[in-house]
Amino acid sequence: MSKRRTERLLSIVVLLLSSRRYLSAEQIRASVSGYPEAEESFKRMFERDKEELRELGIPLETGKSSAFDDEIGYRIRRQDYELPEIQLAPDEAAMLGIASRVWQSAGLEGAAAGALLKLKAAGREVDGEDDGTRLNRSIEPRFTTQEPSFGVLWEAVRDKRPVTFSHLAPGRSDASQRELEPWGVVNRRGRWYVAGYDRVREAPRVFRMSRITGPVKMAGPPGSVKVPDGADVREMVKDWDRTPPRDRTAVLRIRKDAGVVLRRWAREVTPETGPVAGWDRVTLSFADAGWYAEYLASFGPDIMVLDPPDLREAVITRLKGALT
Amino acid sequence: MTVTGPAGGPRMVTSAERLRRLLALVPYVVARQAVGLAEAAATFGMTERELIDDLNLAWCVELKSPEPYCPIDLSYEDGLVTISQAESIARPLRLAADEASALLVALRMLAEAGGDGDAVTRLIAKIEDAAGASAAARSQVSIQIEGSNESGVPAAIDAALAAGKRVHLRHYNHSRDEVTERDVDPKRLLVVDGRSYLEGWCRRAEAVRKFRLDRVLDVTVLDVPASFPEEAEWADVDAGLFQPSEADVLVELELAAGARWVAEYYRCESMIDLGEGRLRVAIRTPDTGLIRRLALRLGEEGRVTAPAELAAEVRSAAAAALALYD
Repeated sequence: MSKRRTERLLSIVVLLLSSRRYLSAEQIRASVSGYPEAEESFKRMFERDKEELRELGIPLETGKSSAFDDEIGYRIRRQDYELPEIQLAPDEAAMLGIASRVWQSAGLEGAAAGALLKLKAAGREVDGEDDGTRLNRSIEPRFTTQEPSFGVLWEAVRDKRPVTFSHLAPGRSDASQRELEPWGVVNRRGRWYVAGYDRVREAPRVFRMSRITGPVKMAGPPGSVKVPDGADVREMVKDWDRTPPRDRTAVLRIRKDAGVVLRRWAREVTPETGPVAGWDRVTLSFADAGWYAEYLASFGPDIMVLDPPDLREAVITRLKGALT
Repeated sequence: MTVTGPAGGPRMVTSAERLRRLLALVPYVVARQAVGLAEAAATFGMTERELIDDLNLAWCVELKSPEPYCPIDLSYEDGLVTISQAESIARPLRLAADEASALLVALRMLAEAGGDGDAVTRLIAKIEDAAGASAAARSQVSIQIEGSNESGVPAAIDAALAAGKRVHLRHYNHSRDEVTERDVDPKRLLVVDGRSYLEGWCRRAEAVRKFRLDRVLDVTVLDVPASFPEEAEWADVDAGLFQPSEADVLVELELAAGARWVAEYYRCESMIDLGEGRLRVAIRTPDTGLIRRLALRLGEEGRVTAPAELAAEVRSAAAAALALYD
């Protein structure tokens, strides 16, 4: 059954590509094998076929060849159908081979593989990737994260459609409903974000995809989102992710040989003497007492905070919390 | 390799998938004049039997009107296939929007990760051209990799890989909070989910090791050619960089709403919603030191519930740290 259907779809493609004129449904039916006699079932089948061809990305056009045609017809313009000429140098083919593996263990694997096959089909040169001497095999990039919302958000950005979803902000126990005009998707340091205009908050916003709960739904027709000129989603996410300036000073006592990363950022290190020999007094800059206290608590008994008092208290609170 | 369905039989393809494949297969053969069946089958990830079925299907296409004729003509000889006539489908279909986007995102990632920058830039331009309108979304996609431009480490590693030279590393071990020095023969750079790792043969451990680049404090390229023993087994990147091993410990944590980020940051084996934003997660780790540090950091927002020894370790570390303030 599937085989006959493929045959029929392929026949339609060949037929419409070969014709300069629009062909009516009746003309298509007369040329292509496999359509039923009954008018109703033909119509249903033809509708499904058209839909399937469009889903494959085949540019099926509708129109009339002349004002005298009473019926609407179909055609596929060759320049819209064919992949343009593309010549790849051997080093480019090598990079293409690596790029096509990036999605191997994540969502877009099929799409990347499909693209690679089309490019291979376009000419011999892509076979250059088999030329091991040219291929820089010393790099293997991958995306492995499967964000369930990635696919829909990607399509929404591509088709300029608004979306709705619920979003769980960090530290909150209940999700809030959002309506977003998505401007772009960004992968920053391995995490996926969507940035755009939040219709509820009436302001540009960035959302981390992993904090979107439940399904993302399209909330408007294609083309209904206008991305403002100069909108730079990369910068939006960078700003969102930016660490505040380290404008405060902390004095810590760090056990010798411990706290290696802390020492890297130290402004001053002086060995302690007397009862606290075996420790260093280390001066550092930090930004936010809450966040920095969490980080310092992770070093356990290898460090202690001397100053400032609010940082010292925050670390003590964390440690007390870990006692229970 | 044959792809098999759940019942072990040939994988079922939908008529749409099959058509998509055929529309690439026909131009693939046309562009090469004569192609080995085995080679074509391998390229398209199918068996020779499936390949011949597909080709025969194209061959059977017949248009009835106005005059009956067969638009596609092909022949087999000595394990080779030739398509002498393919009419209007001799060229592949243009890239669909999702295909173009998948490739362009991957290429952007490759450029950022330190691939052959010049070749990648040329390739991006060509793919964007070929994709035409489908690449409209390209400016709305961006990839950034951790620490890619901040230190001299990635550049030095790149140089060592290109020249095939051994390197000397000063590397920070996060879970033990210590710095080690070692000579490594670099094999390749793995860039996974925004993080870069050097994979190589570690002369000190006499084993394959991966080093996170942002934890490499210093690197010196040595004037010694890199060499790898035959027994070196490199990571299967597609199976996941860090394969859980039998020796790993399964740790259970209870997280309050403020510590939910842990579930995003670590790969969790299971995750149970306890209500009110609380979660119970299970994490498999080769190194419980990492979890001890995590638990200290979380304070009352996270608690190790299993194994009991680790929970006790966390409590005694916290008590020892608090004693410093008495």
